[in-house]
Order: sequence, then C-alpha cells, then structure tokens
Amino acid sequence: MNFTSFLQDKRLTILLSGEIDHHAAREIMSALTAKIDVYLPSYCELDFGAVTFMDSSGIAIVIHTLRAMNELEGKLRLTHVPPQPMKVLLASGIQKLVAVSQERSPA
Amino acid sequence: MKPENETLIRFPSLSSNEAFARSVTAAFAAQMDPTLDELGDVKTAVSEAVTNAIVHAYPDRIGPVTLKLRRLEGNVLEITVKDAGCGIPDIAQARQPMFTTGGAERSGMGLTIMESFMNSLSIRSLPGRGTTVRMRKKLIGRGEAACRP
Ligand SMILES: Nc1ncnc2c1ncn2[C@@H]1O[C@H](COP(=O)(O)OP(=O)(O)O)[C@@H](O)[C@H]1O
Ligand SMILES: [Mg+2]
Repeated sequence: MNFTSFLQDKRLTILLSGEIDHHAAREIMSALTAKIDVYLPSYCELDFGAVTFMDSSGIAIVIHTLRAMNELEGKLRLTHVPPQPMKVLLASGIQKLVAVSQERSPA
Repeated sequence: MKPENETLIRFPSLSSNEAFARSVTAAFAAQMDPTLDELGDVKTAVSEAVTNAIVHAYPDRIGPVTLKLRRLEGNVLEITVKDAGCGIPDIAQARQPMFTTGGAERSGMGLTIMESFMNSLSIRSLPGRGTTVRMRKKLIGRGEAACRP
C-alpha cells in the first residue's frame, strides 16, 4: 500500500483511501507502523476523506495506530470521516479514545 | 416465508472474496431501492460475516463459503453466510463486544456491528461442522424516505 503522507513540524498526516477490510488490513497496518516508526511524530492525523468502505478491520487498525502514538506520547486524530466508516467507528466506541471528526482537523 | 427473489453464491475462503461478497450483495439489494445508508449497513454486515468465515472458520486452510441472498415480503433483505469450518464453541461469548480469538488484527466488533446494523441476527454453529449466520433487514428505501419531512 502506497499512502500519500506529509510531515510538518512533527505532525504526520496520512491520507487513507479505498476499501479498508480484512483483505487490505495487514498491508495498511504495516505501512502505517512504518511511517510512524520513521517519522516519530508527536501528532498523527489519519485522513479518511477518500475511504469508500470500512468494516471492523479498520477499528483494529485505528487501535493499533493509537497504541503506537501512545508509546510516543503523541496524539492521534481521525478526520474527514465519511458516513459509512463513521457509523462503524461510532459502533465501536472508539471516539472515547480518539478524536473523530467529519471535518479537517483545526490547523 | 416465500422469497420474491433469491440467489446463492459459493466461493472459496480467499480474502479477496470479501469485496466480491459486498459487491454481489449491493447489486442484489439495488432492486429493493435502498438508501445509501441502508446499502452501507448491509455491505458492512455481509463484509463482517464473510470475513469471519474466511478468518475464523478456516484458520489454516481454504474452505467453502456460501452466501445466500433473499428478498422477502415487505422489502426485507435476508443474508445467510454459511461455512463448514471449525464452528463456535460458545456463541453467547462470541457475541460479546470486543471478544475475539483473532489477536491484534481483529477488534472483536464484527458480530456486534452485524447485530446493530441489521434488524436481526441468528447464529447456528456446531463445533467441527461449521457455522450459519442469518441476518435480516427491512429496507425502508428511497421512495418512502423521500416523503419524510
Ligand atoms: N464463522 C465463524 N467460525 C468460527 N468462529 C467464529 C465465526 N464467526 C465468529 N467466530 C468467533 O467469534 C469471535 C467474534 O467474532 P467478531 O465479533 O466478528 O470479532 P472478530 O472477527 O474481530 O474476532 C471470533 O473471534 C471467533 O472466535
Ligand atoms: Mg469478525
């Protein structure tokens, strides 16, 4: 999986895209971990704007990313979440642990 | 209940078939005039059920999965996913939110999501013989939704 990502002042933004299911999950998870391990960000934003489908496999990915960011004592935020992935995220209660929004993160 | 339409599809438990199962379900449901939200719900539910057959039922081999779709009276979509895999020893435990035997790659939320996104979920399972998951959802559809204030 090739993500578009950019880094600015220890703030890492990763643009996710396409369908996030179990078939795609392992690749997404290792690509995300690789980015975080390389950049050691203090803030990470997962931008869901181009995600067309997500099932509970995506929840495991978010939890995995959250653990990695907690280890760095950094923050994680999910932005631009479309309605279908949003419903899956809310069903899992993940919004109690991570900031989740439909909008772009405040600059 | 006599179905007004139905289809039966059989495929091996390859993870690439998760997307295939979603597409087939969306295509079948299209004739029921679903809203975008309803379509999202049924695609999510079928993705969860088929993924379970692929990941849990056959942990170390490829086995058969069948997906049966039926349109029932009253615009009810019925989705049945069946495997001949290892079975679920304790169904009540499996249905608990966050219960998983799948490790860090799974969230344990699949059955919870199927239950909340569909109107009903029933699971029959025999250890060593396989599992059948049946879900139903009444689709209100775009026609009626458009009339709501
Ligand atoms: N078809 C199946 N065959 C065998 N075990 C299953 C099946 N479906 C579900 N399970 C069991 O139920 C548990 C919970 O399933 P689920 O809620 O979808 O969460 P997850 O897939 O993330 O583990 C699984 O971890 C597994 O132990
Ligand atoms: Mg599951």
